Amino acid sequence: MAKVIGTVEINSAKCKGCNLCVVACPTEVLALRPKEVNDRGYHFAYAAKPDQCIGCASCALVCPDACIEVYRAVVK
Amino acid sequence: MTKEEIIAAGGTKVAAKPRLLMDVNMHYCPGCSHGVVHKILAEVIDELGLEDSAIGVAPVGCAVFAYNYIDVDWVEAAHGRAPAVATGLARLNPDATVFTYQGDGDLAAIGTCETIHACNRGENIAIIFINNGIYGMTGGQMAPTTLEGMKTSTTPYGRRVDLNGYPLKITDLVKELDGTCYVTREAVHTPAAVRKAKAAIRQALMNARDKKGTSFVEIVSTCNSGWKMSPDKANKWMEENMFEKYPLGELKNTVNPK
Amino acid sequence: MENKEEIKLLKGNEAIAHAAIRYGVDGYFGYPITPQSEVLETLEALMPWETTGMVVLQAESEVAAINMVYGGASSGKAVMTSSSSPGVSLKQEGISYIAAGELPALIVNVMRGGPGLGTIQPSQADYFQAVKGGGHGDYHLIVLAPASVQEMADFVGLGFDLAFKYRTPAMILADGVIGQMMEKVVLPPARPRRTDEEIVALCPWAARGKFGRKQRNVSTTLELDPQAMEKNNIRLQETYRRIEAGEVRFEEYMTEDADYLIVAFGCMARICRKAIEDARACGLKVGLLRPITLWPFPTEAIKALSGQVRGILVAELNAGQMIDDVRLAVEGRTPVCHFGRTGGIVPNPQEVLNALCKDFNVEMEDAK
Repeated sequence: MAKVIGTVEINSAKCKGCNLCVVACPTEVLALRPKEVNDRGYHFAYAAKPDQCIGCASCALVCPDACIEVYRAVVK
Repeated sequence: MTKEEIIAAGGTKVAAKPRLLMDVNMHYCPGCSHGVVHKILAEVIDELGLEDSAIGVAPVGCAVFAYNYIDVDWVEAAHGRAPAVATGLARLNPDATVFTYQGDGDLAAIGTCETIHACNRGENIAIIFINNGIYGMTGGQMAPTTLEGMKTSTTPYGRRVDLNGYPLKITDLVKELDGTCYVTREAVHTPAAVRKAKAAIRQALMNARDKKGTSFVEIVSTCNSGWKMSPDKANKWMEENMFEKYPLGELKNTVNPK
Repeated sequence: MENKEEIKLLKGNEAIAHAAIRYGVDGYFGYPITPQSEVLETLEALMPWETTGMVVLQAESEVAAINMVYGGASSGKAVMTSSSSPGVSLKQEGISYIAAGELPALIVNVMRGGPGLGTIQPSQADYFQAVKGGGHGDYHLIVLAPASVQEMADFVGLGFDLAFKYRTPAMILADGVIGQMMEKVVLPPARPRRTDEEIVALCPWAARGKFGRKQRNVSTTLELDPQAMEKNNIRLQETYRRIEAGEVRFEEYMTEDADYLIVAFGCMARICRKAIEDARACGLKVGLLRPITLWPFPTEAIKALSGQVRGILVAELNAGQMIDDVRLAVEGRTPVCHFGRTGGIVPNPQEVLNALCKDFNVEMEDAK
């Protein structure tokens, strides 16, 4: 059966840590860095469970700062 | 999986920063709907090949710096006057595709006259209307679209209709005008809503390009700073409260009737 | 429309409309108000969109009209509006934006009496508003004061030429007399509107769509960085100094041997010419200086004459406005008095002369 795999690249410098991508992700890949902040003081988002990513781009769609790139492949 | 491994497996990039979105940090608060709308607007302009012909008209309000974020020509209007500025631009530049980007205070309070008359004349422009029920830029005052009972800095005990009148459903109003060809109400709080809103903005810009009359796209939005909620809570509050007064969906479409 | 000079008998307001089409104006946005409605009416009747492609639109308000002008001007087009005093007050916000945006535009004010709704009769009471800026912020308009129907027509072209030369709005400050009266006027040959290529060359800053341009153009008046905003202001002020140095226009009449000087503009200058002729018939040597540009003001010319004359009478259809600028020019070298009527009253030459004799304690018979 074909399987969809994906990955996200987050521009952590531009991320404002709004958490909307975390909420939008259907496979609970994303989280905000609990302690680390970027140079503007935001707890930026990162792929906490990258292996669960299906490349659906929901995170990128709701991201207000366009700081998420999504890649997707279908593997057999 | 890394990006390289996905590509090696025959995968592709399915989402990225739109080419026409300038590579700068937007001044909006974290989670602000403006950013999402800017993003899909930049995508639509690029996808329709309107980079050369688009002229945006920026409002006064939180989106006053909209011109800093999308890489096309822009004119910054006085508060509420964007539809008049757009009228001048569109009438004198028939080869251009003119759109305004306005908030609820700009469009539905101080600019009501310009909005109604531009729509009624059927100016060949697209109006993108961000309705978050509050004045964000000036610090969260009551807007014409503020819901009954909603607390703002000028209605600290909640909006009272006996004092402040009713929330203004200006989109329903412009729907009735013969000059409008496409009127819809969208949101950008979920991936599905973003896709629909993008399709609406695409339709509106196509109508402006093709001189079909005035298109009016309301985006029911959040102002989590003004509402004093987290971005996620603001989305939920919007679903539970704003959508009742401002239900989503197409109100009018004479170009592509269903 | 003939591509040559044409002589017509026209109202001042009609002359504005004819001249606009012949100049190749791209757009006019107006709103009816007495005593200038003939500008919009004439344009609608002449239907220039069929000939030159000029856009004519009756806006929903003066506010909308000036903002349509702002939009058009931002795209490098030659655009104008006209109104009368209460309507011009409404336009001040937009005019401030046009000045701040360093955009060329032409605004016509056919003045009526105020304050408030006032009267529909002639007045010159918007002098302060026109020459001191009018709206918020530090700015000036180039202000042209026509005294004839011919000048109404001529100043459309002059106003646009100056507006584009200096990237600043220009105003024709007429009054109800000049707007409504009919005179012979020689209309200039028609010229075509600027082509897109000409606009791109003349206005590389125009926000008209990129159309292959690498850098986008943004027309904005907002600048939150104080250092940058002060730079913007300094640049504006430098433009104003250049205009003051190069664009002062005025007319002198019988000033060579004058013992007394009258300073008056617009319709009042015409009345004063007759007063001067009457005075000279009685042996009283009076001369006239008529500012044609109210801003920049002919300060140096008045200063020069102030050393020659025994007194200066400033005659205006207001309670005393231009007299301030005359006094600044004279710097106390000679007495300066004011004669004015308000409420829409237009005086006759004898009233002007009586005022001059009374103010400077001369008798016409003595002069003989």
